[in-house]
Amino acid sequence: MIRDITIGQYYMVDSPIHRLDPRLKLIATFVYVICLFAINDIYTYSFSILVLALVIAASKVPLKFIMRGIKSIFIIIILTAIINVLTTKGTHVLYELGWFTVTMEGVHMAAKMVIRLIMLIVSSSLLTLTTTPIQLTDGIEYLLKPFQKIGVPSHEIAMMMTIALRFIPTLLDETDKIMKAQQARGADFETGGLMQKAKSLVPILVPLFISAFRRADELAMAMEARCYHGGDNRTRMNTMVLQKTDYYAMAVVCLFVVCIFTIMLVM
Amino acid sequence: MAKVALDDITLEINDGEFIGLIGHTGSGKSTLIQHLNALIKPTSGEILLNGADINADKTKLKTIRQKVGLVFQYPEHQLFEMTVYKDVCYGPTNLGLSSDEIDKRAKKALETVGLGEEVYEKSPFELSGGQKRRAAIAGILAMQPQVLVLDEPTAGLDPKGRDEILNAIKEMHKRLGIIVILVSHSMEDVARLVDRIIVMHQGKIAVTGTPKEVFGQAEMLESIGLAAPQVSYVMMGLKEKGFDVPADVYTIDEATEVLYALLKQVK
Repeated sequence: MIRDITIGQYYMVDSPIHRLDPRLKLIATFVYVICLFAINDIYTYSFSILVLALVIAASKVPLKFIMRGIKSIFIIIILTAIINVLTTKGTHVLYELGWFTVTMEGVHMAAKMVIRLIMLIVSSSLLTLTTTPIQLTDGIEYLLKPFQKIGVPSHEIAMMMTIALRFIPTLLDETDKIMKAQQARGADFETGGLMQKAKSLVPILVPLFISAFRRADELAMAMEARCYHGGDNRTRMNTMVLQKTDYYAMAVVCLFVVCIFTIMLVM
Repeated sequence: MAKVALDDITLEINDGEFIGLIGHTGSGKSTLIQHLNALIKPTSGEILLNGADINADKTKLKTIRQKVGLVFQYPEHQLFEMTVYKDVCYGPTNLGLSSDEIDKRAKKALETVGLGEEVYEKSPFELSGGQKRRAAIAGILAMQPQVLVLDEPTAGLDPKGRDEILNAIKEMHKRLGIIVILVSHSMEDVARLVDRIIVMHQGKIAVTGTPKEVFGQAEMLESIGLAAPQVSYVMMGLKEKGFDVPADVYTIDEATEVLYALLKQVK
């Protein structure tokens, strides 16, 4: 059923990672991703993997959920591996295949890229798995605030994201209703060729767009009726306050960066 | 655990009947009617139309949906074509009829709901609320169903629009001799129009019978969040005060007669 589609992949469980301040989680993920592009050798790689594994363990999110994120980019991973194996020039030739030569360096490069990609996906999906969409937008709003001076409408961006998220289930429901209503009029969405199928979407999309615009209009009215006028001087219901654990986590992030760079310098 | 939406429903609807389906919000009315044209399949049990199980043959879904016309709540939200006429043609076109037949059916359906030729070429979005709804109902009627199911056809309309719709439905039932199933929250409308009432409560049929039988049990209706028509409370009140009035008066017309006679008596 159409209602089973979930947007955002928050995994509800109580863990130290879930409880962390969303701002901190955003920054930590950002830092980690940057580090992923800096690391280059087996030591830093294994250290990063170890740290990520520890965080996953602390988050109590089952591995199955985390792997789901990888599944969706499986093709990209495979393509990256193949392109890297086939195009990296090197001296240790392992195999010759027409125009392409497979070298030891190529295999190394491919392995590195694949691991890097997987870690990238896992770390960023860990963020969305442990943070509710609302917390995320709050965090993003806060972190974008300094950029307001150069014209980034941080509050407006956050509000738009919140509203978009809020309306996803509503619009899914609406789609379901409209589909049923058109089916009751004999519409058939399954059979027929590509053109036929595309055409059969019109009776769904037109009413859906109209209702989306109507809802947007009503929402804007309702917000104005309650004197909403953007971000200036707005207080929030849930203010984000850094807790003791957030400071510990901050220390861990700093320690991680220091470790990575020390290993890179020493080795 | 899966929630049970409908439980132990056994009901038979005979040719030419006008059925009123009432129940509190969430009592399963909408779920029940979506079973009637195979939009939802029952997990167990069967739905027979003219003696044949409607879910037996998947390829015959269109035929079922043609025979059982379902008008959803706020059906005007499903309008999508450029003109009223084209929108009404959508259903019959899906049935694969000849263009002559489509034209004939569309015109007849529009006439039945009381929309004249002057609106044929208008955009459905230009019409008034009541007209829009009648156009949407015509879209179902154009499929010439044997059973017409309407889910709260008067919701959100002004008194004039409401009367127009209800009169059109009454006319249709009389003229076409089809089965009409009317889901409604208005006890007055139900009392005035239907032959038999089905009361739903928590996914089950609480009681079924003629309006007089059902509305005679005002206390039971109140216990499940419904009520008898307003006039019956007037009658009850009068009776308590010692006036000699019949207790089973449920429509305004009947009440007028009774009260008129009473006034004459008192004078």
